[in-house]
Amino acid sequence: MAEPEGASEVAFEDRSRLVEGVRAYGLIVAMWLRSTMAYRASFAMTALGNFVVTAFDFVTILLMFSHVDALGGYTLPEIALLYGMSATAFGLADLLLGSMDRLGRRVRDGTLDTLLVRPVPVLAQVAADRFALRRLGRITQGLLVLGYALVSLDIAWTPLKVLMIPLMVLSGAAIFGAVFVAGAAFQFVAQDASEVQNAFTYGGTTLLQYPPTIFAKDLVRGVTFVVPLAFVSWLPALYVLGREYPLALPQWAAFLPPVVAGACWALAGLAWRAGLRAYRSTGS
Amino acid sequence: MRLYGVVAAGGFRRHATYRIATAAGVFTNTVFGFIMAYTYIALWDERPRLGGYDMSEALTYVWLGQALLMTCAMMGGGFEDELMERIRTGDIAVDLYRPADLQLWWLAGDLGRAAFHLLGRGIVPMVLGSLAFDLALPGSYWTWPAFLLSVLLGVVVSFAVRYLVALSAFWLMDGAGAMQIAWLAGLFFSGMLLPLNLFPGLLGEVARMLPWSSLLQVPADVFLGKRTGWGLVEAYAFQAGWALALLTAGRFVQVLATRRVVIQGG
Repeated sequence: MAEPEGASEVAFEDRSRLVEGVRAYGLIVAMWLRSTMAYRASFAMTALGNFVVTAFDFVTILLMFSHVDALGGYTLPEIALLYGMSATAFGLADLLLGSMDRLGRRVRDGTLDTLLVRPVPVLAQVAADRFALRRLGRITQGLLVLGYALVSLDIAWTPLKVLMIPLMVLSGAAIFGAVFVAGAAFQFVAQDASEVQNAFTYGGTTLLQYPPTIFAKDLVRGVTFVVPLAFVSWLPALYVLGREYPLALPQWAAFLPPVVAGACWALAGLAWRAGLRAYRSTGS
Repeated sequence: MRLYGVVAAGGFRRHATYRIATAAGVFTNTVFGFIMAYTYIALWDERPRLGGYDMSEALTYVWLGQALLMTCAMMGGGFEDELMERIRTGDIAVDLYRPADLQLWWLAGDLGRAAFHLLGRGIVPMVLGSLAFDLALPGSYWTWPAFLLSVLLGVVVSFAVRYLVALSAFWLMDGAGAMQIAWLAGLFFSGMLLPLNLFPGLLGEVARMLPWSSLLQVPADVFLGKRTGWGLVEAYAFQAGWALALLTAGRFVQVLATRRVVIQGG
């Protein structure tokens, strides 16, 4: 099909597949929500647990600050800003796509085949599978710390700095989301290596909760240029705080997160398609 | 006794099957080890000799934590899922008819699992950590077996706690909540996030008395040579005391629970 109509048809098809995917995602999520709410006590307990487990991360930082006044040259409210940003962005990605790490298990036990024969995009099905509303606990905790940081910091607010906060959370969530999808795509190949994904997701959010000044230069380079997690919170947050950027990056780098998020999704999408195409059923 | 040896070997072999998963786990442990090591460096830069550790001892503590995370199952991930599932589905009735003791059976399997994780997921991160950072490795050869004994006791304490949690499924049906609480306590009170020596005041005193300190804080102090002579005996007594108390409690709950089991003929 060399005609221009053909090209636009393909674009249209892509678009309708996206709409269809989002719609399917919504339907499956609604189904899991109904089933979660059948056991309300259990939901309340696990949501609280999710809140507490993530809160322990911040409690650890509080315990550290019971011994020191600054860590890597950053005060507690400044670290709370980094923490709140990273935890909220990660929490959002984890809520929407956190089930992706079950893909390896699906490949191993053969249940992925069931998803392949359904007339619904596989990515939507895998992402919505066992949608866990309890993960709101993590978002709540991140937002609380973020609120504390914004209240206790003394920032000369400008419209750009105000705009930066929601922009940062949304692009950060998108970047983490792309990591989830890329990680799942990797599991088509390495079926029981879901822990590698944890290193980048959970490890990434832990890393971003501390200021870049405490890490070795090579590590900071890695999370800026290879897996661009630095754009989730470090660079935009340092702009808000009026702090020096790591690696002497230019000031406009703080405004890149939406662009970086777009690039990450394009790459993650390619990886996902390649993974799905390479998939061979175990036959079980 | 031979039977339990076979069960333990089975536990070891079963976990040894997952080679890619083990490699992936080593990778994750190493990444977390690096992140934590840098935060500890920042902390100890500000306050040298915090909690009685110097910088290289603090860094060693980080990597010991990564090495023992799976061995002592601080975040769960041992047998408890499976045991709970058997209780929920009623398969436990079959287990109760076996000519083997239920608690010892699961303990043997868990010891095999722990041994595999110590070798499979403990040694490599520790070696990588010692290449990247200046670690405080034991000066005396005797410290190694002393450390291993402390780890063994830590695994038994960890097992005893998780066994109690798993048995709660007899009453709760859905034991996910109880398991999560145990998991949280294990992570926080073992000293995995921060050495318990750094916990302030009453919180610190309580944390050091709780069974979970047997999982990391005590073995790490043995490794770092903070517990020698009578101090070492005291550390063992602390761990063994908790192990005995919790295993006895598990046995008691098991008797209560099995009275509830009604076997349907068919």
